[in-house]
Amino acid sequence: MNIIQGKVWKFGDDVDTDAIIPARYLNTSDPLELAKHCMEDADIEFAGKVKVGDIIVAGKNFGCGSSREHAPIAIKAAGVACIIAPTFARIFYRNAFNTGLMILESAEASLAIEAGHEVVINPAAGTIKDLTIGKQFTARPIPEFMQKLLDDGGLIEHWRNRLSIEIFT
Amino acid sequence: MSQTITEKILAFHAGLDKVEPGQLIEADVDIALANDVTAPIAIAEFEKLGVEKVFDDERVLLIPDHFTPNKDIKSAEQAKILREFAKKQGLKNYFEIGRVGIEHVLLPEQGLVLPGDLIIGADSHTCTYGALGAFATGVGSTDLAAAMATGKVWLRVPESIKIVYHGKLAPWVEGKDLILHTIGILKVDGALYQALEMTGETIDTLPMYGRMSMANMAIEAGAKNGIIAPDEITLDYVRPRARRDYTLFASDPDAVYCRTIEIDVSTIRPQVAYPPRPDKSRSVDQAAADKIEIDQVVIGSCTNGRIEDFRLAASLLKGRKAAPYMRLLIIPGTQDVYRQMIKEGLTEIFLDAEALISPPTCGPCLGGHMGVLAAGERAVATTNRNFVGRMGHPESEVYLSNPAVAAASAILGRIATPEEVV
Repeated sequence: MNIIQGKVWKFGDDVDTDAIIPARYLNTSDPLELAKHCMEDADIEFAGKVKVGDIIVAGKNFGCGSSREHAPIAIKAAGVACIIAPTFARIFYRNAFNTGLMILESAEASLAIEAGHEVVINPAAGTIKDLTIGKQFTARPIPEFMQKLLDDGGLIEHWRNRLSIEIFT
Repeated sequence: MSQTITEKILAFHAGLDKVEPGQLIEADVDIALANDVTAPIAIAEFEKLGVEKVFDDERVLLIPDHFTPNKDIKSAEQAKILREFAKKQGLKNYFEIGRVGIEHVLLPEQGLVLPGDLIIGADSHTCTYGALGAFATGVGSTDLAAAMATGKVWLRVPESIKIVYHGKLAPWVEGKDLILHTIGILKVDGALYQALEMTGETIDTLPMYGRMSMANMAIEAGAKNGIIAPDEITLDYVRPRARRDYTLFASDPDAVYCRTIEIDVSTIRPQVAYPPRPDKSRSVDQAAADKIEIDQVVIGSCTNGRIEDFRLAASLLKGRKAAPYMRLLIIPGTQDVYRQMIKEGLTEIFLDAEALISPPTCGPCLGGHMGVLAAGERAVATTNRNFVGRMGHPESEVYLSNPAVAAASAILGRIATPEEVV
């Protein structure tokens, strides 16, 4: 996985999926359409200003609420490279892995990193470095099984591989 | 080794004698469901798998309930994806307009979800079916796609929180109030990744519709599933509906819980959850004292869209009218609920009260259609979420309550206690 460097957008605790992508836009599943309204009810300016490679740092329980996979799809399509939070709501957590949106858990990083800071992430090492304040943090390791899913290219690829092996054996 | 009901159901579906919290399992799915918002993505992912047929055409359920009747061209196109997939796959449980209802009211009513089942749904309120003694949890569209193809899902066995409810419910207090009160204690992430097992003498006598309101909102505390052990009340509900075998599980007396909370319900008043989070529950007396003026009342949803909910609302609305400028929306959960409302004369009461009766739909609950709020407007709703912008404009507000509080509030034009109108 490549090193990520980007500017931070900061959000608070319990950012819910209605804030990430309001249901009024769920009459489509087109990622680019969804990206136009990403985080709209939390920060109306976000979708217009976010740059490819930017990073979201948020408080606890990010992505709570609905099961809509449109939430990680919208964030990824908006160009966000990674979300850092102390905890993620469980459906969002699974959906992020399944849609290839990188998420890292670190309470310390979430607390210390502020909006506008420049941050470098080494996904393989699990390190998060805030260049603005010169501090480094270590994210919680990704569970082994989730890492295997990522290595396989996601859940669908994981099953494609398994099913093709089962068919030919 | 003693186990909780959640652990037993998961072990059974993973073909194991026992499981432990934290363990990753691959489990067989009894039912996999999606709606018109989540199924289009699931179907697209399913098609990437290169599998011809779904794992079982009776166990993959498609329920177009969110933006139906189609609110616009885009949503019509989403619904069309479900219809065409259902036809192509020969799905036995696709529900067209005229038969469809709100998924979590419809499936228990039709006997499609049963005790002991393992159910995954691309809808977070799939946890409702825990009220029947099933393991039921919400997933995203990609997880659902894999289950549609393989009949399997990977799950991390959750720790369980046990909530024990003691005492007798005061007048006007419903299952909805117990769960709002409980979420107020746990907060919106208090049960993150965990199972919420609800038990105790109060639950032993709580009717199925109240149990469904409770399990429905387990997700609002972050829980993976909510669950209530099946008993005679469950069986009375399930027996006339079930068309396949089912299994009853119960927690062992010495099962291990990560946390136990005892709640004396006798002093609980009807609850109102203030915006913008379902854990901001207060007593209705405080809400009434706060003199909160409202513009709209919504009675319905997967939380409170069952016939008993409408009987309760009608008992207050009978012979009374919605306040001037008040929009009172009544949304029966299914066609059967609608028909029953007509048979019992409830529709007459609602029409006399100058309520609008909507077809079954999720509609305004998620700010989709059929009752969206403008900036600065406030609603009381018997729904399950009140996040910023949930029912419309980001500057609108939603207060969550039971149907009795909602009906009283519609009559008085402000958040009111049921006692103020009877």
